[in-house]
Amino acid sequence: MNERVRLVDTTLRDGSHAMAHQFTERNVRDTVRALDDAGISLIEVTHGDGLGGSTFNYGFSLVDERELIAAAADEAKQAKIAVLLLPGLGTVTDMKAAADLGAGAVRIATHCTEADVSIQHFTEARGLGLETVGFLMLAHMSEPEALAKQARIMVDAGCQCVYVVDSAGALILEDASDRVAALVAEVGDQAQVGYHGHQNLSFGVANSVLAYRAGARQIDGSLLALGAGAGNSPTEVLAATFERLGVETGVDKDVLMDAAENVVKPYITRLPVMDRSSIVQGFAGVYSSFLLHAERAAERYGVPAHEILYRVGERRYVGGQEDMIIGIALELAEEKKSA
Amino acid sequence: MAMSEARAVAAIVGPGNIGTDLLAKLRRSERIDVRYMVGIDPASEGLTRAEAEGVRTSAEGVDWLLAQDERPDLVFEATSAKAHLASAPRYAEAGIQAIDLTPAAVGPFTCPVVNLPEQLDAPNLNMITCGGQATIPIVHAVSSVAPVSYAEIVASVSSRSAGPGTRANIDEFTETTAHGIEQVGGAAKGKAIIIINPVEPPMIMRDTVFCAIDPDADRDAITESIHRRVGEVQAYVPGYTLKADPQFDDPRPGWNGKARVAVFLEVAGNGDYLPTYAGNLDIMTAAAARVGELLAGRVIENKAVSA
Repeated sequence: MNERVRLVDTTLRDGSHAMAHQFTERNVRDTVRALDDAGISLIEVTHGDGLGGSTFNYGFSLVDERELIAAAADEAKQAKIAVLLLPGLGTVTDMKAAADLGAGAVRIATHCTEADVSIQHFTEARGLGLETVGFLMLAHMSEPEALAKQARIMVDAGCQCVYVVDSAGALILEDASDRVAALVAEVGDQAQVGYHGHQNLSFGVANSVLAYRAGARQIDGSLLALGAGAGNSPTEVLAATFERLGVETGVDKDVLMDAAENVVKPYITRLPVMDRSSIVQGFAGVYSSFLLHAERAAERYGVPAHEILYRVGERRYVGGQEDMIIGIALELAEEKKSA
Repeated sequence: MAMSEARAVAAIVGPGNIGTDLLAKLRRSERIDVRYMVGIDPASEGLTRAEAEGVRTSAEGVDWLLAQDERPDLVFEATSAKAHLASAPRYAEAGIQAIDLTPAAVGPFTCPVVNLPEQLDAPNLNMITCGGQATIPIVHAVSSVAPVSYAEIVASVSSRSAGPGTRANIDEFTETTAHGIEQVGGAAKGKAIIIINPVEPPMIMRDTVFCAIDPDADRDAITESIHRRVGEVQAYVPGYTLKADPQFDDPRPGWNGKARVAVFLEVAGNGDYLPTYAGNLDIMTAAAARVGELLAGRVIENKAVSA
């Protein structure tokens, strides 16, 4: 008897990157209703960069995320609404506001070596009675044992499920499952372990299956893969795959496929694909949400986006350092001028 | 004796990395005599180091300091917000001017190149945050020549330079810096973001400042104001540099009809005690030392008058 896995949908959060943060309330309501009908029990709704992410650096939201969170909470019948929070960008004040608007869970994300900045937020989240999830981002930058130590910090602070987050889509097969296994060994039955994949090198779903086999019990996806870089593991593919493997998800794959085709596809402005820039992101280990920013800087300064992204990888910039992209584009433009 | 009459007597409270780096900077001052350094841990390396340099030290904290026959004119607080909140009224009662490097914000926010002259007589001056000291001068340089409806800063610091206090309360950084951008920088609305990067060798502090400006704002005047301001900050932080010319962007959808200027800064420290990459810590001690210099000038004038 296979243990059950929980599919968590992040179309309305990671997908915000691919939408350049232009979700409307209608998009959110329609998507939440469809995901709720399909049996998804946790739906993430926030600016792509988390609470407070609507900025020059990450892109301004068309609609205030607080309105979108409230609309999502209003629409969901059985599902819980989750919000993302990156300490250093979002604050406890933002989290309280989201909880007041009906969010029932918070996913608190740090770079994979900096978990201790989240202690304050986990403590407050538990005090508010929120379900708590920890995100160790750009997990490819840490070896499994080091990552497990960071997971321990989050769990000790009150995190109920700690994720290996492949923000760059850089993990390939055992890279993913070894990290999940190390986390499971570290946290035991004190917390669950989760996996969040990206498709930059096309391993999102395969890594998710291996993550499950290594003990992950929460797996992220988004409809039509709508997400940063080449997108996330498609939720509808995860549902179909786990059903074939005889792993119960509690989710109806046919309702999800219908949602992808008939709810999400009509409103998206960009279908994430494994194009040159996103493959470079996976290869060079670049935070997936840098993609649109690199494309914009490429156009503004007349330099190729993939060259910008290679250089971001060399410098080992981390999530949130989107501002460095403009500087790199300026450098490349200068080098081309003097060449 | 003539020597000490010509200088302000100062104490550093908190012998950690910040206090130790500050001591190194203040010992170069011709106006400040750091007579005392106090802490609460007898095993403190910072106290031992200061003692070896001829500073009178004690692990009995502020009680010891205030019991000295010659009390300091100035105290530099490099402890924690909690400790400063407890000590601030005692300094005030003793007539000691406090320069507060903690987030306690008992006194007004102070940025030496922006608003210090107005605050020379304040009993307590707060140094805002490291990101604030690095970016508020630029926000102010823009807002002094063109209205800034919104300013946003992104501070990137090396993991090694992000201390336990910052990590335990990172919201305090973002919220305090945002207030400083508004109150001192002159932006109608402020937003601050901090990113901690663990890359080895450690990255030098970087700061990006985005200001929303009117599309027809005088871009040449803004650029000139920024360059002039960078020069002013360089007087106390030599490693404060522009990584590129200010970048102007015309209004885009979502910008409420505003244009944008983006300023890219690098802040390398002076390497006095703290490593060069820790420009975020250096700019705090350098700015505090600068404030101390100017306050000391006032103290010396007053002493001359009363003598």
